[in-house]
Amino acid sequence: MKIGIPKEIHDGEKRVATTPEAAEKIIKLGFEVCVETGAGEASNISDDAYREIGITIADSARALWQEADIVMKVRAPERHPELAIDEVELMKPGQTLISFIWPAQNETLMQQLAAKNATVLAMDSVPRMSRAQKMDALSSMANIAGYRAVVEAAQHFGRFFTGQITAAGKVPPAKVLVIGAGVAGLAAIGAAKSMGAIVRAFDTRPEVKEQIESMDAEFLMLDFKEDGAGSGGYAKTMSKEFIEAEMALFARQAMEVDIIITTALIPGKPAPELITAGMVKSMKPGSVIVDLAAEQGGNCALTEKDQIVVKHDVTIIGYTNLPSRLANQSSQLYSTNLRHLLTDLCPDKDGKLNVNMEDEVIRGATVIKEGAITWPPPPPKLTGSHKPLTEAPAVEAKPAKPKSALSQFLPILLAGGALFGMGAVAPESFLSHFTVFVLACFVGYQVIWNVSASLHTPLMSVTNAISGIIVIGALVQISAPGQIIQILSGLAILIASINIAGGFLVTRRMLEMFRK
Amino acid sequence: MSHGLVTMSYIAASILFILSLSGLSKQETARRGNYFGMVGMAIAIVATVLSDNVHAYAILVVALLIGGLIGARAAAKVEMTQMPELVALMHSLVGMAAVLVGYASFMEPSSTLVGVEKTIHELEIFIGIFIGAVTFSGSVIAFGKLCGKVTGKPVLMPGRHWFNLTLFIVTFILGYRFLADAETGAGLIPLLIMTGIALVFGVHMVMAIGGADMPVVVSMLNSYSGWAAAATGFMLSNDLLIVTGALVGSSGAILSYIMCRAMNRHFLSVIAGGFGSAGGGEAAEIEGEVQPIEAEETAQLLRESKDIVIIPGYGMAVAQAQHTVNEITKLLVSQGKKVRFAIHPVAGRMPGHMNVLLAEAKVPYDVVFEMDEINEDFPHVDVSIVIGANDIVNPSALNDPNSPIAGMPVLECWKGGTTIVMKRSMASGYAGVGNPLFVHENTRMLFGDANDRLQALLKALQE
Repeated sequence: MKIGIPKEIHDGEKRVATTPEAAEKIIKLGFEVCVETGAGEASNISDDAYREIGITIADSARALWQEADIVMKVRAPERHPELAIDEVELMKPGQTLISFIWPAQNETLMQQLAAKNATVLAMDSVPRMSRAQKMDALSSMANIAGYRAVVEAAQHFGRFFTGQITAAGKVPPAKVLVIGAGVAGLAAIGAAKSMGAIVRAFDTRPEVKEQIESMDAEFLMLDFKEDGAGSGGYAKTMSKEFIEAEMALFARQAMEVDIIITTALIPGKPAPELITAGMVKSMKPGSVIVDLAAEQGGNCALTEKDQIVVKHDVTIIGYTNLPSRLANQSSQLYSTNLRHLLTDLCPDKDGKLNVNMEDEVIRGATVIKEGAITWPPPPPKLTGSHKPLTEAPAVEAKPAKPKSALSQFLPILLAGGALFGMGAVAPESFLSHFTVFVLACFVGYQVIWNVSASLHTPLMSVTNAISGIIVIGALVQISAPGQIIQILSGLAILIASINIAGGFLVTRRMLEMFRK
Repeated sequence: MSHGLVTMSYIAASILFILSLSGLSKQETARRGNYFGMVGMAIAIVATVLSDNVHAYAILVVALLIGGLIGARAAAKVEMTQMPELVALMHSLVGMAAVLVGYASFMEPSSTLVGVEKTIHELEIFIGIFIGAVTFSGSVIAFGKLCGKVTGKPVLMPGRHWFNLTLFIVTFILGYRFLADAETGAGLIPLLIMTGIALVFGVHMVMAIGGADMPVVVSMLNSYSGWAAAATGFMLSNDLLIVTGALVGSSGAILSYIMCRAMNRHFLSVIAGGFGSAGGGEAAEIEGEVQPIEAEETAQLLRESKDIVIIPGYGMAVAQAQHTVNEITKLLVSQGKKVRFAIHPVAGRMPGHMNVLLAEAKVPYDVVFEMDEINEDFPHVDVSIVIGANDIVNPSALNDPNSPIAGMPVLECWKGGTTIVMKRSMASGYAGVGNPLFVHENTRMLFGDANDRLQALLKALQE
């Protein structure tokens, strides 16, 4: 069967569905390959490069669509700008089309294709499972988009990503916040991290925490218990309370970070608005937002699709064709994905397509089979189970009990009266000792008040040892005349020194055990 | 050594003691603080021994050496689980020494004081001996309670407050008699009677206190021993003794105050003794069914959980299980689980008792949290393991106003997922209170010796 690769007609689309390297392997599967002239030009692939490996070059789109049994494209069919006719019109009845389709968003297109009695495999509908990873074009394109998002951000950001201390001064590192840690988000984390930025990331699905941390970025936790994982590894819509908590987190982060890269998408729904106009306003001048969800309406309220806009001194990049801006790389990866799909579709390597609806991957990718719409497929059966993660709630401050003036001052008055009374009768020598005593009490109070609880026992044994100071009293008395006094003092010295030695040594033993 | 030099040495020693105590309030400086204390004590003793009026070196050195050796031996031998007993015993020694020094000072004939100064001196002796004797007998009883030689239950005599009051009044009268007799040099009899009364008072005070309040008692006795030293300082006109005694006394008092606050007890009722007995109606009976669990099931439960809190109590100390606990902790952490320790301020029988045991087992102290730090986290905790604790995890402290421990803050582990309680039997805790936690629907009881059961759990986890 003959496979046709038309030139992409979407404005700004530079990718091509098949590179010569991939085509060579497709030919080995028994297919013939035909490429529209100039199809690879925007990806730096010349017609000659295709010819070299025995690919025929079709002169026009019309000729190519007529010639081919299978058409492989990047973008879904749309109106041809030069021929002023829909690509669907160019299709032969019963032709097979493999490309991105987005069946949920393009219902009319689906009807048109079905009317053509076509068989359509949508690259965006390849199920997300381990076996299908090699043909998961969404992931490979998202990977590129994430990388490119950082490159775009770097281009519009007026500073280094990495922190440096140079003779000309200190440069703080850029802070990057990545929202949504899917493939694109993780790729963006990796790229930003390798450029030296401080990277934080957020996702509603707690199980990606490990993945984010494995990329050496910081996972921002939300003080909320809800699991954002829907089926097939994608995110789902969250509850209202969750979104409020999430928005509070973003608002805090917006004030702090220099670059925000948003990748939050929920399949088949408009992108959630996560960065409000107010948050944009609160960002530092010169900050950059890259909105990878611009195609579905954008995660940022001020995003304009396909445009770069500067609002409130913040550059907001709303490109929807980031993979296309790395066209050669994207074409390589996309064509490899296509080739893998073809390999699965052609198990006998005889150049014949076998759309086996028993195969879960092919079943999922096939959105129209010989004119019958088979989308959506039965739901895939996989999702990891996990426990939700939440941060500890902030400790609530307890209001202090107000004290009445009387209860505050009464003890002070009583103490003052007692001191005064004592001063009236006590002799000079006693008062000097008393002064020392009172001051020492206060020192003890100040010193001990903030002791950490884990040290209570060592503290007690050390004060116990210190109170063995009573040995001084006995030492002073032992030389006094009189047998009884000597015996009493001797005994006192003996037991007080047990106290001193035991107290200090046991404290030392305890403290040796404490370790961080 | 001249008088001036001795005074200077005393000042140096006082400063070192202050630095020692302030060092002891933080982990990082604690060791240094202890050394400061040792140096201060050495300076004080050497300066006193070398001072002009000391010359009975033979008795002095022998007594110092023997005492030092006994102390060092005790310090090296004591098990960490027996720390409370050791500390209580040492307090009794300080009290005893204060009594002895007081008597020696009374008998010293060389006193040249006259008039008011003489009266004050005698009053100081009287007070010093009183505090010393109370500290001594109180500490001995505390020691007995801690080793289980004396019953842990509060022993309440009928009309004990009147009894206390009578003792006080008698002490006052004796004091008056003593001051009058001392003029003629015959005050020994009232002094001896007073000592006897003080001893009875100390015994009575600590006997009336329940075992669960032991941490407060221990730190309160610590405070008393400081005041005894300060009183001795007054009687001998020795500033170093006054300063040091006041330091120890006030630090002990604050420590008891912190403890009291943690247990929601009134500070004054502790100082007066005989607290820990609530009046009012009967405590609610505990009804419900106990759900036992085995070590293997516990291991399974732990494997499935992420956030684990371990609440150690005196039972861990008794079973010497701290090392096994550490092994289990290490194993669980290596499996990516979050393991924390929650320490109630009065867990064990002495302030900070659990921290010392966990430190001995080399549990890193940054996973050890105080009650206030962790209590609000319990709703997010998957499994709490209570090891030999009872009163500190008793929900009736919060919701039964008639409970003897009503109002005491407790670790609210029942708010988490599952609570596993390790206990030897269904006997009630040291405070003699039943615990509704044991029959809570989310609670599983793991009966047996804590160490045995934890060993079994460790083995099950390793499989």
